[in-house]
Formats: sequence, structure tokens, C-alpha cells
Amino acid sequence: MTRRTSAALIAGFVGSLGLATLPVLAATQLTGAGSTFVYPFFSKAFYTYSQQHPDITVNYQSIGSGGGIQQFIAKTVDFGASDVPMNDDELKHAGGAVVQVPVALGGEAITYNLPVSTAGGLRLTRETIADIYLGKITRWNDPALVKLNPHVSLPDLPIVTVHRSDGSGTTYIFTDFLSSVSKEWKDKVGTGKSVQWPGASTVGGKGNEGVAGQVRQTPGTIGYVELAYAIENKMSTAEVQNKAGKWLSCTESTVRAAAATKANVSATDFSIVDRPGNDAYPIAGYTWAFVYQNPSDKVRAKLVKDVLSWVTGNDAQKIAGSLNYVPLPETVQETAKKAIAEVKV
Amino acid sequence: MSIELDSPRSVATASGRLSQRALTTRQAIADRLFRISLVAATLVFVAIIGGLFVELVQGSWDSIVAFGPAFLWSSEWNPVTNHFGALPFIFGTVVSSAIAIAVAGVVGISAAVFLAEFAPRAVARPISFLIELLAAVPSVVFGLWGLFVLAPILGHVADPFLQRYFGFLPIFSGTIYGIGLLTAGLLLALMIVPTVAAIARDLILAVPNELREASISLGATRWETATRVVLPSARAGILGACVLALGRALGETIAVTMVIGNRPAISASLFAPAYTLSSVIANEFTEATSSLYLSALLELGLILFIISVAVNGIARLMMWSMLRAQGRRP
Repeated sequence: MTRRTSAALIAGFVGSLGLATLPVLAATQLTGAGSTFVYPFFSKAFYTYSQQHPDITVNYQSIGSGGGIQQFIAKTVDFGASDVPMNDDELKHAGGAVVQVPVALGGEAITYNLPVSTAGGLRLTRETIADIYLGKITRWNDPALVKLNPHVSLPDLPIVTVHRSDGSGTTYIFTDFLSSVSKEWKDKVGTGKSVQWPGASTVGGKGNEGVAGQVRQTPGTIGYVELAYAIENKMSTAEVQNKAGKWLSCTESTVRAAAATKANVSATDFSIVDRPGNDAYPIAGYTWAFVYQNPSDKVRAKLVKDVLSWVTGNDAQKIAGSLNYVPLPETVQETAKKAIAEVKV
Repeated sequence: MSIELDSPRSVATASGRLSQRALTTRQAIADRLFRISLVAATLVFVAIIGGLFVELVQGSWDSIVAFGPAFLWSSEWNPVTNHFGALPFIFGTVVSSAIAIAVAGVVGISAAVFLAEFAPRAVARPISFLIELLAAVPSVVFGLWGLFVLAPILGHVADPFLQRYFGFLPIFSGTIYGIGLLTAGLLLALMIVPTVAAIARDLILAVPNELREASISLGATRWETATRVVLPSARAGILGACVLALGRALGETIAVTMVIGNRPAISASLFAPAYTLSSVIANEFTEATSSLYLSALLELGLILFIISVAVNGIARLMMWSMLRAQGRRP
């Protein structure tokens, strides 16, 4: 922790050095901090942006959503980013109205490791996923799973559930999904970036790579990872039954379809898990950027506004798509534009 | 300290008497400055330790007030409902470090004895170099190696073997995950064994040759000399090396996080996933936004700090009594 603090100090020191020297280069440096999930997208998008606008550079520090919120409240950054919007308690600490903007969209795939062929895909209903993570379905040859997958000879093997050990928006979205489909989960465990996992056979891996590594190495495991990570690592993922009863894989189009069912997404009503709609994949969520509504430095705020408008626009969202994020549906882009327009400069 | 500082001054005064008086005053000022800087440098350590303790207590005050001493023996860790307890983390930290020091102590000291007493120089030199090299490997590399190499080997080969022949022992029962307490303990052992081996070897080499010569002239074999004469006379220092290594094991974060399974549960089985104090702080600190949650994490840091201080203190006492016993011997 001391290491973390000193790292933050050094980062702050280096950051302020950058601010001090940049006016000489006649360029303005904007800083943001937060979500690690959105970092690959932001770094490529901001690089492209400063190619087009040589007078502006955006320095984004991927210190984690919680850290992003804290830095934002401490007013050390121009904008923050988090996989879960700021809640009431955090907004109270912010000391001023905050505008929150959806900037990136992601889905989560259910990945597994079975020592038998699952050609034709492994199918899981929303209820069975909840029961597996609750520790109620404990073996792969459980009748509930056999019934769903008659084409797979499911082995008599204990199910080991794998979760993210580090606090993360990925876990938030996954537990949000479990809470929406299972009352028992909602009452016993709840939704959060870290939760008390109830199953008897559960292990935690650090980051997507920790979960993926654990799943890849141990037969009988099941876990959740971000779509981009699953695609890049060619992991075997399960088909999940959505609310409408359709069997869907986690893909760019099914996640986008889920987001499109709720155009008027906002910081207080942001959940897009378990949406109705034939093509809506049930485990998905946004990353949010936030800025003050009445910023004191209007000049900088105007620049931040421009950057955010660009990030939520078509050009940047195309970049997101090329990095295996899911581009925001046009309706959500509109919502984002309206939110950005609320910032008074 | 005053003796060490006084002697150069008296030398300076003596030489000053021979040369000009001005030089003497200048010398005296320089000496004083030197002394002040030494004291200041020493005080920095006191300030750091004191500041750390104060900061930790301050940061964890909310949690100390909310949960009281029950924090120490509660097994609940639920960020959703804001109920926190430290017991599973204390258990994981203590057990994984105990496994590590038990394995690293035996292996490290054996290697040190071999290198210092038995190995021909042509063998000892390169091996000693390799051991020191091992100490310089970053812990994240150990962690990745542990996750991708050690865990599968244990999970597919070693753990099933242990379970088959010793499964009647509770510590080798239960589901095998590959990762878990045993994996973390062994990985830690690997990380701290260079410390034990390198320091113990230097200490054994520093044992006066007269002792060896005397022992051998009395008819002892080289083996008897090494185990009954050389090792006992170096044992206080070797214990110190083990404590240094144990300190690293207690605080090691990233490598352990990658292989321990990160489940806050207490299980009799060494194959079961567990969690350590430093791992949970590293995992959850960045995303902990409620103030009580943050405070509980800081209290875990405080507990780790106290455990480290206590371990060092106990080791100091043991070393002190050993040295006294040695001094009393004729």
C-alpha cells in the first residue's frame, strides 16, 4: 500500500512536471484517470485525437475505477472514468453537480474448461449460471445441465467457479446479472465490485488473465471474462439463454443489441443486464466518464467537452470496435451527446 | 554510537595541535555536521516506522470503532453489506509463510552448508552466483511462473500423489485446484530460499578455521565438524537470515495473489484456496470506495504491520538468548 501511495506520488509528480513543461510546447495536456477496462480504447483514441489536434494531448492513467473516482473528487484530474457510475455517496463527496457519460460498451463471456468435446456449444440458462455460482449445482453431470446439453457427454466432475479477485467493474456487471435473474443471489450475495462468493468450490484469479489462466489449466472450471479478452485469446465460451428464451453467444452484435434496447441509459439507471429482446445478450455494461457540470476552468472544460464528444462519436467508436470493444449504438451516442451538452462552459 | 563518533574527533584534535588552529575549528565544525547528519539519517528510520504506524491507526480508525476486537476473529468479508473480519487473511498469511520458511530453511541451510563446507570451489562459485541471481528475479515473474508452471505440476502430479498416499491426513484432503495454500507456500519458499542460502553461506564461511581444525584434529569427520561445530557457532546469524526471509514471505503480495486462489476461507486442507493480508489489500484497494471498506483494508495493513514487528521481536529475543548461551560456554 505504501508502494501504491508512493507510486501515486511519483505519478502525480511526473504529471505535474508534464503540466509545467507543456505550455512551452504550446500544447494543453488534459488528464483523466480511472477504469483499467477502458484503457486500451482510451489510449488509442486519445493518441488519434492528438494526431488530429496537435495542440491537445490527453494523458489517461488506468489506476482503477475507485482510484479514478477519488482523483476526480480530489480535483487532480480533468475527468474520471469508471465501469460503474458514481453512486449517491460518491456524488455527495464530489461537492458539485457531476455529468456522467457512457463512453464504452462491453460484454462478458462465460468461459469453461471441460475434458470432453463440446462441439455444437455448451448451453447454459440464466438460472443454471446462478445456481452454479450459488453452489447449488456442483457437478457437471447434474441433471439440469445434462438436459440442456444432450449432445455433450458431460463428465462426472466437480464444478469449480472462478471469479475476479480484484475489485472490478467486470464483477459488478456479472453479479448485477446474477442478482437480476436469481432472487436468492440478490438476497444472499448482492451486487458489487467485490462480493462474498457463496460457493464452496470457488477460486479467485487476479484480472482477466488470472481468471482465464485458472480456467485454462483446471478441468471442470467455469468463469467470466470480458468479451475482448475472450476473443483475443480464442477461449471456448458458452451459449447463454436470454430473457426472450433465445440461445446467444457473447458477440459484438448481441451485446450491441442488448444496449440498443435501452437508449435512455443514465447514471442512475444504467444496468443493461438481462434485457428483453430477441438478440439481447444478457451480460453487458458500460464504462462511464464523468466531469463537473459547472467547472471552474471554463477553457479546459471546453477542451474536455470536445474530447468526450469525439470519444462518443462514430470515429472513436470505430476504433473501439477494432479493439474488440462493442461500439455504442447510435441511440446511446445521442444520449451521451445530450449529457455532454449539460456541461456549462 | 558516541564512542565511534568520538574517536575520529580525538584524532582530529591531535592532528590539529600539530597544524594551525583554524584548521582545528574547521575540522570540529565538519565533525559536528557529520555527526548531525548521521543522527538525522538514523532518525529517519524511527520517523518512518512511527509515521507508518500512526498513519495506519488513523486510517483504520473507522473500522476499529465499528468492529472492535471482533475484527480479529470474524471470518466475514462482505463488501456488499460492509461487514468485515480479518481471520481468514491472518490464517492465510501465517500458514503460507510458515510453509515457506519451513521449506526454505531446510533447503537453504543445507545448500549453504554444502557450498561452504563440501563443494569444490569450481562448483561453489557458479552455484552461489546462480542463487544470488534467483534473489534478483522480480516477484511478478515468480508469480507468472507459479501460475503457469508450478500450479499445473502440483495440480496434476504432486497433489494427487500426496492425496493418494497421505490423503488420510486432513491437510492433504479435499478438492485439488492446483492453486491454493500449498502452492503459495512453495512459491514463497522458492522466492526466499536465496536469502537464506546466500546469507547462511557467508556466515558459515566466516566461522574461524581454527574451530574446524580443532574439531578435525580431535578425530571428528567433516560431516561431524559441519553439523556439530560450524553450524552451531553460526546459528544465531542463520536465524537472523531466516527472519529476514520470513519478513519477505509475510509481505509478499503479487506472486502470492496469483497462486493462492484468493478465497477468504479457513480450511484444514493445504490444497484449498486461501487469502493473505497483503493480497486482499492489493486486490481490493483500488476499487474500495466506501469509507468503512477502505478503513477495513487499512486495518488489515495494520495487522500485517503488527505481525511483522512481532515476528522480528520474537526472533530478536531468540537470537539474544542464543548469543548469551554461546557467550557463557567455556
